[in-house]
Amino acid sequence: MGLKDKFASFRETLPAMPLAAFFVAWFLAPFVLLLFISLFDTPEFQSIGLRQYVKFATDGFSTGVLWDTLVLGFACTAVCLLLAYPLAIVYVEGGAQRRTLILFLVMLPMLTSAVVRTFAWIVILGREGIVNNAMLALGLWGQPGRLLYSWGGLVVALAQIQLPLMALPVINSMLKVDPSLMDAAEGLGAGRWRRLWTVIVPLTLPGTVAGALLVFAASTTAFITQSLVGGGRIILMPLNIYQQAVGVQDWPFAAALSIIFTLSIVAITYLVNSVARKRMRGIDAA
Amino acid sequence: MPLRALAGRADTGFPKGHAATSESGALSTHGPRDATVNSIGKRSRLGDLAYVGVIRGIAAFAMVLLLAPTVVVLITSFTGEQTLKFPPPTWSLRWYGELLHSGELIDAAWTSLKIAFWATLICGVLGTAAALGIARSRSPLARLLDSLFMSPMVLPAMAFGLALLMVFSLLSVRLSIWTLTIGHVVICTPFVIRMVSAAVQQLDVALHDCSLSLGASRFYTLRRVTLPLIGRGVFAGCFVAFLTSFDHVPVSLFLSDARTEVLPIKLWQILEASLDVRVAAVSGVIVIVTLVGLIVAQRLFGRGVGVAERR
Repeated sequence: MGLKDKFASFRETLPAMPLAAFFVAWFLAPFVLLLFISLFDTPEFQSIGLRQYVKFATDGFSTGVLWDTLVLGFACTAVCLLLAYPLAIVYVEGGAQRRTLILFLVMLPMLTSAVVRTFAWIVILGREGIVNNAMLALGLWGQPGRLLYSWGGLVVALAQIQLPLMALPVINSMLKVDPSLMDAAEGLGAGRWRRLWTVIVPLTLPGTVAGALLVFAASTTAFITQSLVGGGRIILMPLNIYQQAVGVQDWPFAAALSIIFTLSIVAITYLVNSVARKRMRGIDAA
Repeated sequence: MPLRALAGRADTGFPKGHAATSESGALSTHGPRDATVNSIGKRSRLGDLAYVGVIRGIAAFAMVLLLAPTVVVLITSFTGEQTLKFPPPTWSLRWYGELLHSGELIDAAWTSLKIAFWATLICGVLGTAAALGIARSRSPLARLLDSLFMSPMVLPAMAFGLALLMVFSLLSVRLSIWTLTIGHVVICTPFVIRMVSAAVQQLDVALHDCSLSLGASRFYTLRRVTLPLIGRGVFAGCFVAFLTSFDHVPVSLFLSDARTEVLPIKLWQILEASLDVRVAAVSGVIVIVTLVGLIVAQRLFGRGVGVAERR
């Protein structure tokens, strides 16, 4: 690329520069500062070292919290995928009316606040909630089950709250699958399951990966839902960071936790992307 | 139609009826292979039935799951009781009435609306300009900026909130709705970038070139050709940005203080203390206002854009 081309491509991106400046000042710089503060050994900012990171690895509590948070992210992503995929198939196969209905249902939770949805799950899972009342009325359970403040309840609630993030990209990439490929597979004698695994799944990988990463990121950092549906018993990274920063006022440790949390998410995103990219050469990105 | 624009893509897809060629009868001219083809045909028909059952079953469950919480909240908000028992034993509007006397909730809602307004305005303008600059370009710089602008969606917002708090305390800036707005602009930008970029990519370059070659200035072309054509994408991006800001917690958690309490955090604090039914009423108001907003926007904006497109 010649100097003239370089200049042309720079001039082309000129309208993006104000936002770029905003992001450098208020997004990149804060993360650099966060990294810097995590290198102080004490909350009084005296000496510099890696003590906070050693503390994270050895205090016997923090690594478990990180692990739980990542497992929660994986579980929510799996549940979302299981629900969103059939929904997208039914969407794509349906007529205009059904498509509008499904799109409305998918958008609905996005249009109501996450706190509202979390609150709904408290009503549904609570001691006098819908699930408990139904189970008692049907005589399936002898006494109200403890659904709030449990891992199962948290995974289901988070998955429902993040479902639109998964459904939209999956629907979009399923719309791009060339129908003649499906017809060809059908003509060659492939049943519906076989067409699903050999045609739809590989071709919708870009949307699936995009959705999975969004759900993973959103469910690991969903502070409100985690603290209200999970209760005080289930401690995850966001609550841990909040307690260290605001409760204990240990900024260097909170900063180190944030850096480790961020890097874990970035590493997983990078890993998933690079594995997926090998498998989806030639497929139009979502 | 904004609903489609929000989803980011127009409808195209598998046509409803594929040419039905898998029926075993269609292959019956092959003589000796008939028997095998028939047995495979039967097995796959059973499999196909199971497929339809499983897929439709899960999809129906997902649809109920998507709808249920909103409906449950709306119904609960009309309870006459002190508890969240469902279904409510008695009905009343008392909790909506209580809202009118809850000064702290009204203040928090007002603060949230102001922040959402300014954050949407700023990231709407900066984000639309940025999307126009990078959406069509394949240069490394444009790709890099695109990843930068999209990254707040994937990085933990808690970490960003804490980082921003540290910056403001280092600069000894007093927390206010402006510090909150800065944080919200970063959080909401990806939605504007994504939706405006989608609109820009669908734009026909020829229209832009025609306008320039007919002697229109760049600014005139932007105002009369480009912006009307991507208007729907800009609107959809701003709409989602506004809702995201109004609803956002992790950054606000670090950047709001007693004077700048935002609504979602206020609701969270109320819920942590006790399962107050007023929260159901607030939720009801949010759901109804958003739905009405969406319908009004669709009426006003959907038609306006349609006219611009027909010209």
